[in-house]
Amino acid sequence: MAITEPAATTTETSTLLDFRDVQLTYPNGTVALSGVDLTVERGEFVTVVGPSGCGKSTLLRIASGLEQASQGVASVATDRVGYVFQDATLLPWRDVQSNVELLAELQWQTKAERRAKAKQAIDLVGLTGFEQHLPRQLSGGMRMRTSLARSLTLDPELFLFDEPFGALDEITREYLNDELLKLFAAQRFGGLFITHSVSEAVYLSTRVIVMSGRPGRIVESFDVPFPMPRDPEIRYTAEYAALVGEVSHALREGHGA
Amino acid sequence: MSNDTEQAPAEAQAPAAELAAEVPTTEVVEHELSPDTAAPVPLRRRRSRGYATWGPPLAVAALIIGLWYFVGAVILDPSKSYLLPPPHDVIATYFDPNLGPEMFEALWNSAVVALTGLAIAIVLGVVWAIAMNQAKWIERSLYPYAVILQTIPILALVPLIGFWFGFDFTARVIVAVLIALFPMVSNTLFGLQSVDAGQRELFTLQRANRWTVLKKLQFPAALPAIFAGMRISAGLAVVGAIVGDFFFQRGTPGIGALISKYQARLNADPLFASIILASLFGVVVFWFFGWLGKRVVGKWYDFA
Repeated sequence: MAITEPAATTTETSTLLDFRDVQLTYPNGTVALSGVDLTVERGEFVTVVGPSGCGKSTLLRIASGLEQASQGVASVATDRVGYVFQDATLLPWRDVQSNVELLAELQWQTKAERRAKAKQAIDLVGLTGFEQHLPRQLSGGMRMRTSLARSLTLDPELFLFDEPFGALDEITREYLNDELLKLFAAQRFGGLFITHSVSEAVYLSTRVIVMSGRPGRIVESFDVPFPMPRDPEIRYTAEYAALVGEVSHALREGHGA
Repeated sequence: MSNDTEQAPAEAQAPAAELAAEVPTTEVVEHELSPDTAAPVPLRRRRSRGYATWGPPLAVAALIIGLWYFVGAVILDPSKSYLLPPPHDVIATYFDPNLGPEMFEALWNSAVVALTGLAIAIVLGVVWAIAMNQAKWIERSLYPYAVILQTIPILALVPLIGFWFGFDFTARVIVAVLIALFPMVSNTLFGLQSVDAGQRELFTLQRANRWTVLKKLQFPAALPAIFAGMRISAGLAVVGAIVGDFFFQRGTPGIGALISKYQARLNADPLFASIILASLFGVVVFWFFGWLGKRVVGKWYDFA
């Protein structure tokens, strides 16, 4: 019954990720996810918020194939899937350049191809000039950007983010949010972004999904009406604050349930 | 901030330039903090610590030599002074044309045994650990024998080794290998298994095969632990070579054989001299592998 397949359902709507009634039960009987219906279209940036331990990250693990759904159908309509982990997960013995080249290297691309892709990705995240730096010589924000660049070399159609900026300070986080939005505007991938910051969720996405505590279920979904090259100033508007309030409210209710 | 909305169309066309151009404003702070300080730190630390590093151990050495003189000259009965000859007499034996060459040649022979044993222990230990890292059942099957290797009294095996392999070079090397092997196995295994779960998943997502994961992830990640193991094993291989000398004295025995010869003849000066020589050799080998480790992984790992 459990299927994670690169489905051949690339129709005009270009649904990149399609979860239908996905459930995940661990061998010890813990139900991590239950009855999750979720789609991500191309050009959509979907953010998932929920209390810790609600199975948010599990969604990504199923989407990427790291884990299999125990029930329901989880299909992903592309094999170009980028995955940005909670930690930068850089290899400490490789400099920025060869860390960014890693994924292309694992796909046996030629050196010239790898170089070109890495250069482009490094430019895109603004790390030009730091190619020869080792991860230990970089700040947390720069490490995260290296990790982002590494995923960009895959030219992903579906981009999965597992609380990538959770460990960063507020200023770096806001800065990287803006950078990510620019990448999104330029590349038009489908994004699925996990976070526990409601404000970050509203700011980044076209749709915010609220999950309940374990077992994780989707309790509510909000469309974010703000236009898409997003003005950082909207964070200080009343509409923005109202939406953040609504999402927070749903989050609290789902948590209590 | 209003700039952002105005530039929106241009930005979509050339996001690269836009993002890159924006970097300096926010990034300058980070640069000043991290890369500038991070790179030179080890150098600066080393320079300022030079005195602090060598001072205390040298003071202790001076204290020991002082104590040595004191015990030999004041406490020890003159008739028993051969038990602790004064340091300068001991050092003089290195320049004695009858004793010096003999000792250095023996040291060389021991060094050959120790380094051969160490090389075999390194290769065997790393291969053994890699094999165990391939599957839990292999680890479960092989690990107990690595432990036995460590706990078995080596002296109990000595007669068997002589019986099987003769009483010369081969037997001495085998003793060195047996003593030096365990730290290589356990350190390498620990290093291979210390790989971060996220990094492992990164490779899984690209469907990297076992060999690629080993070559590009596990083995490099294990290098610091492997070098730490080498340093311990190097010291042990020297011990093994000297222990081997005591039991297997055919062919070209090393410094251990000399030590037992001088001891039998109550020849205190060269006895002390060769013990010190053997110890110094152990220190040099230990130090060398520490240096090598720093050279290879020191750039990304703080190799103690």
